[in-house]
Amino acid sequence: MRLLAGRYRTLLTLGAILVVVAVLMWVLSPDRFLSGPNLQSMAYQIPILGLFSLAMAVAMITGGINLSIISSAIVSGVAGALLLKSLVHAGMGAFQMTAAVTAAILVILGISVIIGALNGLIIGYAKVPAVLGSLATMTMLQGLAIGITKGGAVSGFPEAFQFIGLGVVGGVPLAFVLFLLFAVLLSLLLNRTPWGFSIYMIGSNERATLYSGINNRAILLRTYVLSGLLSGVAATIMTSQFDSIKASYGSAYLLQSILVALLGGVSASGGQGTVSGVVIGILILQCFSSGFNILGFSTFLTTAIWGLMLILAMVVSFVRERSVQTPSIV
Amino acid sequence: MRIASILKRHELYLIVIIALLSVLITSINHHFATLENLLDMLKLSSFTGVLAVGVLVVLLSGGIDLSFTAIATVAMYLMGSYILTFGGNLLVAILIVAVTGIVLGAINGVIVHKLEIPAIIVTLGTLSIFYGALMVIAQGRDIYNLPQWFRDFAKLNLVSWRNVGGSTYGISIFLVIWAVVLAVTWALLRYASVGRGVFAIGGSPLAASRAGYRIGRIQLFVYCYIGMLSGIASMIHVGLVDQIAPHSIVGKELVVIAAVVLGGASLSGGKGSVLGTFLGVFLFAVIGNGLTLTRVTSYWQDAVTGIVLLLSILIAAFRERRREKSLVRVNVEEGKAKA
Repeated sequence: MRLLAGRYRTLLTLGAILVVVAVLMWVLSPDRFLSGPNLQSMAYQIPILGLFSLAMAVAMITGGINLSIISSAIVSGVAGALLLKSLVHAGMGAFQMTAAVTAAILVILGISVIIGALNGLIIGYAKVPAVLGSLATMTMLQGLAIGITKGGAVSGFPEAFQFIGLGVVGGVPLAFVLFLLFAVLLSLLLNRTPWGFSIYMIGSNERATLYSGINNRAILLRTYVLSGLLSGVAATIMTSQFDSIKASYGSAYLLQSILVALLGGVSASGGQGTVSGVVIGILILQCFSSGFNILGFSTFLTTAIWGLMLILAMVVSFVRERSVQTPSIV
Repeated sequence: MRIASILKRHELYLIVIIALLSVLITSINHHFATLENLLDMLKLSSFTGVLAVGVLVVLLSGGIDLSFTAIATVAMYLMGSYILTFGGNLLVAILIVAVTGIVLGAINGVIVHKLEIPAIIVTLGTLSIFYGALMVIAQGRDIYNLPQWFRDFAKLNLVSWRNVGGSTYGISIFLVIWAVVLAVTWALLRYASVGRGVFAIGGSPLAASRAGYRIGRIQLFVYCYIGMLSGIASMIHVGLVDQIAPHSIVGKELVVIAAVVLGGASLSGGKGSVLGTFLGVFLFAVIGNGLTLTRVTSYWQDAVTGIVLLLSILIAAFRERRREKSLVRVNVEEGKAKA
């Protein structure tokens, strides 16, 4: 019961921060922040970083981290894009086009799952620390992406594929609907399944989890596959929305996805974090980001501010954890 | 016993791999096995090499630093701006990069210790802060027209020879700096009490603090040390490329960490050696140089680097587990555990 109250308190705090940030941005730029075009561009930008943040959060809840999500997305995106370019030709029928786009999506998701499994094997089975294991796959995947594309971009996809990232369904961008769908699914998985429960347990105490009869290695493997899959969905939306894919894309997302996860209440040492927290985290970050954009901040200033926020978020969670922990020791 | 323990050492594996690769590359391109190519390779690695020594010390203490590339960038930019505006000399330049590095490193050290935040997140944050702030102030401008005395310094050779073509090559001053950094760090880790402290807190912070080591001070030292070395490395970088481009270093942090890990350092602290770090950097240099000399397209160099890194950490992980298993067996024989 107290745990439940604590959880809602975190969400409430985050919600309050979100309202304050949104109001602040609205005051600073009253005619533009809440304007239709700005809200719409936010709805297009949220899904990609949001899915990356969920992919990062899942790994962090197990007490690990997944530094390879962005490079994994690039490699799978490049593979899907190349396949799509080779399949699509002028005068294709609607059915063939649908088949080609479906194949490309399946390749992107499939490669993401394979990369996730590779991470899971390295981290869960070979017991390499997650930072190091995902760092190694990240380096390798980045190199692979540069090698395959020779540093250039793969671009120009059919409209049917662009619809995933740019299409609108019932007035809402399809990408945003996809993001919400995966957030809900992930939330159900974490809260309502034994697998989800084990993810939290491993993050809290790996050894105790093992002794309580849970196959840690298999759980970690599946969790990194899940993390890979989420980054694969992000890759599909990103490739489609940018209408191109390149090895150097999305490098800023790595820091930001860690920041969003931490902002959203995911603990850096594992065992804590909720999907709703991460979703509010991404909304907060997006409000800042759009606000800075409207105010004309340079990307470098924004980078510096993200760094500062990252450390502040950690300080806040440090103080909060201390205040929560102290009474329980007594 | 002594020989057996030497044979098991990680460094030996690296030497064997480097030797095998060297034979392979030489058989394809004879230019590889010349003194000129060797010295050239070492000179170009001296920048990464000095950074790697700093990373080693941080890893030994159980920490990690991702912000050293940003520290190096800030240091070289401050140095460049100063010597272009006020003149100055070599000593001033060295002083500026070293002090900048130490100050920025101290910020990392204080945050890591006082706030007990994981070092990877602190330094990921300060990486963005240092770099972002510099780019806002400098507005991304490059500095080209370095003074002549600095260029002369960069071309300085300890000993030099002439090759068949008539151009000179030799033991660069940067190679000397790298050697001094290696030697000083080795001595520091082996003989100084702070060096022992680095190993101690990396092995077990709790045990180290019970044994009387002051964790906060050692952590401060460690982050200041890598900061200082980043500053010195940034000067080497400026000398090698003959310009100061603020975006030229940031992004290379993982490659440097990879070289140190390849050299046998553990990310969980307490394990690693100066020799291993040198060999790790050298192995990457051999791979890079070899890929160029055997005309493999440069686009695949990063992928090869990543694969080598992945294989090396997997091998290290399996060796670690075999060691753990053998430890359990000892316990069983002594009747302490029933497995």
